[in-house]
Amino acid sequence: MKTGRAVLRDGRTAWGLALLGGMALVAILAPVLAPFNPIAQHDILATRFLAPFTRDPSGAMHWLGTDNLGRDLLSRLLYGARISLSVGLLAAGLAAAIGTVIGAVAALAGGAVERALMALTDGLLALPRLVLLLAMVAFLTPSFGLIVVIIGATGWMSIARLARAEVHGLLARPFVDAARVAGATPVRLLFRHLLPNALTPILVAAALGVANAIGLEAGLAFLGMGVPAPAPSWGNMIATGRDALVQAPWLATIPGLAIVLAVIACNLVADGVREA
Amino acid sequence: MARRVVLRLLTGLALVLAVVTATFLLINLAPGDPARLWVGPGAGAAELAAARHALGLDRPLLVRYLAWLGHFVTGDWGTSLVLGRPVRQVLLDALPYTLLLSAASLAVTYVGGIIVGIAQAVKRGTAADTLLTVATLAVYGMPSYWLGLVLVLVFAYVAARHGWPAWLQLPALGASGIDAAFLSPWGKLVDRVRHLALPLATLGAIGIAGTARFVRGAAVDVERQDYVRTARAKGLAPHVIELRHVLRNALLPVITLLGLSLPALFSGTVFVETIFAWPGMGRTLVSAVSARDYPVVLAATAVYAVLVVLGNLLADVLYAVADPRLRREGA
Repeated sequence: MKTGRAVLRDGRTAWGLALLGGMALVAILAPVLAPFNPIAQHDILATRFLAPFTRDPSGAMHWLGTDNLGRDLLSRLLYGARISLSVGLLAAGLAAAIGTVIGAVAALAGGAVERALMALTDGLLALPRLVLLLAMVAFLTPSFGLIVVIIGATGWMSIARLARAEVHGLLARPFVDAARVAGATPVRLLFRHLLPNALTPILVAAALGVANAIGLEAGLAFLGMGVPAPAPSWGNMIATGRDALVQAPWLATIPGLAIVLAVIACNLVADGVREA
Repeated sequence: MARRVVLRLLTGLALVLAVVTATFLLINLAPGDPARLWVGPGAGAAELAAARHALGLDRPLLVRYLAWLGHFVTGDWGTSLVLGRPVRQVLLDALPYTLLLSAASLAVTYVGGIIVGIAQAVKRGTAADTLLTVATLAVYGMPSYWLGLVLVLVFAYVAARHGWPAWLQLPALGASGIDAAFLSPWGKLVDRVRHLALPLATLGAIGIAGTARFVRGAAVDVERQDYVRTARAKGLAPHVIELRHVLRNALLPVITLLGLSLPALFSGTVFVETIFAWPGMGRTLVSAVSARDYPVVLAATAVYAVLVVLGNLLADVLYAVADPRLRREGA
């Protein structure tokens, strides 16, 4: 188990956490920071497709320009961070929780239970996640909660495999026998002795899970199957920009850069924690 | 080995069955009525009942499932609600395009990724290695649907506006030009390759970045092994060490990665086919999902599951070929 300080001393983790923290702060402060209402449409014909760093007829500055309905891109980007980051964190958290429980239960139970749980894990892991997500949104109505649940429910498998391997490794250690002899119940054993010691690899996988979840949420939104409009999400902003790719290339490219930045931040954290 | 392959096939079959069953249940238990969608909002109760009967929706779930499964395994995948064509024909038309795109991007990904990753491991710690580490991380972080749009912007629009050489002005949509039917065989090939270029570049760039990150890690691990130190100590030439000792051992986990990366590859093709209007399975699936064309969604999901199972089987066989220890165990 690495100490928090050793992890932070690794430059990558510090950078990654600073990036993520900055983005989270911006998302939380969006109502204060955003210069405009992200979904309000005023004089569409006069204010749409303004290039970055231009002023609209009322003299207000649009730092990143405006979209096809005259909505301020910067404001939408800031509000979009709320959906993208919260779906990413919640879905990855859900996946980590499911995966840890399934992996740990499999390792502790052993026998047929373990074989069944791992067959389920390997089976789901072998399927294209996007195809699973599409099959689900095809017949359910997308909402914030549904997107979190389905991304979380299709992302726990690699964590379950990790958790199982870690718990198996720990079960062979003397301190586990000692805890057993001292009368620890399986639940206490799991939460007090096994999981705290298996935390590092699970955290690494969870950080990568956040990156995947952000990408998938944006992808579903891009395909028009994400959190419903007019709520801004980085994915549906790219989809909007796609229809005006030549006329207003900043509309599709800038939200994509935000996704790239978030994914890089998660990978930096994961790399740093793994090698610290 | 043969036993292993048979076992794999059987588990694969179980997986495909589980997938189609789960999708079937999802479709049938989800709110929303396909019959209502089929007849349209203006239809009366009698028409709706007739549609429900025609679609078989008035029978119990288990009966429908068994009947549907019977048809499904015998290759009768129903009729597309939107296109009015047999689902099997729709998917068989799309399959070769997805296979072409996937196979080409797998080849590009692995050749490019192994070269970059090994080069980085050999030069590790240098400025070039650091630069490539940053570059691969950045590209790996790019969503495929976004990188695709950026490439379209550059190679379809900017290239045309600034009069770049003709071979750099690439088509952004479809798998062949509007005049493809009139081209010579050679012209057809050139046309197809030009249409493949941007989708392939999108998947290839992201794939190379991901594979290079993995290969670099694996190769650096191998470099730390005792047998590499021994090889160095006995004075072998550096390129012999890299090729015979490092590369060969570093490639073993890469073959495992091949099997593991197939699901992600197919997820990537879904986006890329949608961006570039590439007439493959992914685009078919996305439009079927938008239109709630459930026979197509069901069958497409199943075909993807079959592709992944076969791909994993191939990776298994490759692994046994590359690692003599597996063959000797006779497993």
